[in-house]
Amino acid sequence: MIEVLIRGAVCTVCGCCCDDLNVEVTDGRVERVENACSLALSKFKHYSSERILKPLMRVGNGFKETSYKEAIQESARLLVNSNYPVLWGWCLTSCEAVELGLELAELVGGVIDNNSSVCHGPGLIGVQDIGISGCSLGEVKNRADLILYWGSNPVNAHPRHMARYTALAKGRFVASRRERKLIVVDVRRTETAKLADEFYQIEPNSDYELLTALRCAVNGEEIELSTVSGLPVERVEELADALISCRFGVLFYGLGLTMTYGKSRNLDAALSLVRDLNRKTKFLIMPMRGHFNVTGSNEVFTWVTGYPFGVDLSKGYPEYNPGITTISDVLRRGECDAALIVASDPIAHLPSTLAETLKKIPLITIDPHRTPTTEASQIVIPSAIIGLESTGTVYRMDGVPLECKRILDPPPGVKTDVEIMSDLLSRVKELLT
Amino acid sequence: MSGLVIRNGLVYDPLNRVEGERMDIYVKDGRIVEGPLKNAEEVDASHMVIMPGGVDVHSHIAGTKVNVGRLMRPEDHVKDVLPRSGLRRAGVGHSVPTTYITGYRYVEMGYTTVFEPATPPLKTRHTHEELDETPIIDKGCFPLMGNNWFIMDYIRENKYEECRDYVAWLLEAVKGYAVKIVNPGGVEAWAWGKYITYLDEPVPWFEITPREIIRWLCKINLELKNPHPIHVHTNNMAKPGNYETTIETMDSVKDMASTSNGQPIIHVTHVQFTGRSGTSWINVGSGAPEIAEYLNQNQHAEIDVGQIVFGDTTTMTADGSFQFLLHLLSGNKWANSDVEVETGAGVVPFRYRKGNYVNAIQWGIGLELALLVKDPWRVQMTTDHPNGGPFTEYPKVISWLMSRRARKRLLRKINSTARRRLHLEDVDREYSLNEVAVVTRAAQAKSLGLAWKGHLAPGADADIAVYNLDPKQVDPSRDYLKVRKAFRKATYTIKDGSIVCKDGEIVSSMLGRTYWVKPPLSKEARESLISNISGKFREYYTVGLDNYVIEDEYLANPHVVAPAR
Repeated sequence: MIEVLIRGAVCTVCGCCCDDLNVEVTDGRVERVENACSLALSKFKHYSSERILKPLMRVGNGFKETSYKEAIQESARLLVNSNYPVLWGWCLTSCEAVELGLELAELVGGVIDNNSSVCHGPGLIGVQDIGISGCSLGEVKNRADLILYWGSNPVNAHPRHMARYTALAKGRFVASRRERKLIVVDVRRTETAKLADEFYQIEPNSDYELLTALRCAVNGEEIELSTVSGLPVERVEELADALISCRFGVLFYGLGLTMTYGKSRNLDAALSLVRDLNRKTKFLIMPMRGHFNVTGSNEVFTWVTGYPFGVDLSKGYPEYNPGITTISDVLRRGECDAALIVASDPIAHLPSTLAETLKKIPLITIDPHRTPTTEASQIVIPSAIIGLESTGTVYRMDGVPLECKRILDPPPGVKTDVEIMSDLLSRVKELLT
Repeated sequence: MSGLVIRNGLVYDPLNRVEGERMDIYVKDGRIVEGPLKNAEEVDASHMVIMPGGVDVHSHIAGTKVNVGRLMRPEDHVKDVLPRSGLRRAGVGHSVPTTYITGYRYVEMGYTTVFEPATPPLKTRHTHEELDETPIIDKGCFPLMGNNWFIMDYIRENKYEECRDYVAWLLEAVKGYAVKIVNPGGVEAWAWGKYITYLDEPVPWFEITPREIIRWLCKINLELKNPHPIHVHTNNMAKPGNYETTIETMDSVKDMASTSNGQPIIHVTHVQFTGRSGTSWINVGSGAPEIAEYLNQNQHAEIDVGQIVFGDTTTMTADGSFQFLLHLLSGNKWANSDVEVETGAGVVPFRYRKGNYVNAIQWGIGLELALLVKDPWRVQMTTDHPNGGPFTEYPKVISWLMSRRARKRLLRKINSTARRRLHLEDVDREYSLNEVAVVTRAAQAKSLGLAWKGHLAPGADADIAVYNLDPKQVDPSRDYLKVRKAFRKATYTIKDGSIVCKDGEIVSSMLGRTYWVKPPLSKEARESLISNISGKFREYYTVGLDNYVIEDEYLANPHVVAPAR
């Protein structure tokens, strides 16, 4: 019996990227995990189910097993022969794989996009309009006396967020929960709202109104209404007063703000509110990023192309115009004629009409697991799980980069994303010369 | 390969006192060698100028705040796009170029070594990721230490040895090159939305002063024999009257100068931003004559200019408080990025306008500094890219330094009150090509302690720039447009002995080195330091100590630089 204890492993589930997991491995199996939340535990328990162990190629209604070499050759051929491919995903893999993906996109043209276009993209567009008053999570832990979750439910989606970084954390200048005020704004009483000192339940799709009213109050304007977003105006003024009178406040927002009515306009309002608050006190804002490396994907896209997602390289240089250059746009227009999906499941997550379009074109998927997308693919290339079976860089939701550890060997013969992408890139280069 | 010989160029190699001599330069195995060489590839440089490859001591090219700048500025990118072509990667340019374009554009101008001067240690892994995707040039980064809690706590508790060991460890842990200090104590104050306004003002909670931070880090830096002096962005950035803070900062370490063999012990950066006289935005003026006077009298300090160039750019510094003020002043969009335990940062787009009184004064301050400081070795040329303007504007700055006529022409167009209040009109000095070689490469290589860079003696790295400029035909004072053109696109840029750029076009690519320093730290000292900090580290940070340290193999092409003698 071989026992290994890996200390300080980085968790590859949500954007918290907790880096304090202690993983006990016995005979090549995960035996025990310390400090893991329920989501992480579930990943460690189930990582080996529904695995794909051999590259697959479609034959009629089924698949035949094939070699990596053949799968990569055929994938390269499909991509090189397509006029306008879309390369999507990139949030459940390492930055090193994303770097290779971006070069591939330069070579084959088409659109490279990541999951942000259907999650926190509006927040990134907001940053392009307004800017962002941001910080790392340790600033919150050490200094924040007011924490506001807006359209976000960390108790269920980011289970250790409050304990490690915010309301329940012990910091240098703020020692305990008692010294912090926790406020929640949401359309329903979530598990997080139940823990809050103040909960503001608002009408669905009315975030923009409330944010704008708060800006008015913060900037000393009178709100000439009796209710805003379903709240009496006195409650709005009370909330504004709380924001102004804290010493160090932070607003965390989730998909309840980015993907509801108004989208990037909601973020314009939220980012502006926080900016305005800095004339009165110290105030910061941070997105509650979902996937463990969606932030890293945005970072790499940005340093290579200048834009965080939705990049069209069909003219040879990067162009960016959400509404025209994201996966949803090119699928809706029916323009793309091949797709490479890396570590993501668009068939399950995109609107069904777009998923139908995706099923009709040559679809190549790189993923460790069987998903609705792999089932619809022409070619499936299995990969090792990052943070478990391979190393790689990931970025936490606050942009802190972390290097994942390799805890186990991948199943025999299964390659890492970086190996697959390098091979694919070399093959594409060969075909193009 | 049997080497390369560059024939008949006029060589400007100030470190070896070669000033415009017609010489052949021989290259083999990536180094300059003694000639002659058999069967070497020949490059004809007749009627051209040869200089060592350019070296930039201060240019924001990689890391978190640069990427925030890229993210924030799609309107900047669309003006300047570059398609993939051959071996060249695609990207966007102008004020915050993508990593590949950054590498190419430096090389096109004959630059081969560039340092990113501000990296938050916690996010330095990001900086290295970007540097690894910045092609051709050699590079490195300076970790921010002027607002570090461990350092400030050690100062308050008067624990010098521990502090020294911590600084040594931190440089090694994040693979940094030099000790960077930005608005000492002021960035910590800004984390609470507060400000530090003078050198002896206590930092909130820590109850120590900016003066103590600078002095401690200067002393430690000297004791560790780091290759570059402490690199300081002073307090009171951009405020009227701040030239006094700049002089006071330089003066605060003067008594330590005796230990340095006459080498500068403090590098004050982008002094254009901290060289202002006056008491308000109405009467702000140039404090350059006073600063130049101080530098002319004192050998222990050096500066880089941080020249502004009129036009649109993106400002970014670790000085978050300054960026917020600039946002309030300009009304432009603003990003802030505070980093736990260590530092902060901010980004604001900005357009420098000729007709704007303050901007015109800024333009004058930079040039006055460059022209009034007598010793060119201690006034290095930068634009604090992209703060004063993109690095691609260097040829313009060179032409202003070399030509009184070029300056006069622009002086006529700037704000007239500013013109009256500046001293620039009366300054006749014009840089020689030799002085240009000093301020754009030789002095910067020397300041960085890169003994094998910035010159062309046998043994040096074969990093060479060939410019199509014939000093016998062209009078830089009159034909300054020809000077600009020559420096904009090098005829040849040679890196490690290979031609990487010909006629301003990239012809081959490679991965440059990342330099970092490993100061001495004994096994016992290291162990005691780690046990000393691990408790606090857990308490203050949100990542584990082991995950904070960047492994040697993380860098694609690391190169350790030994402590200087």
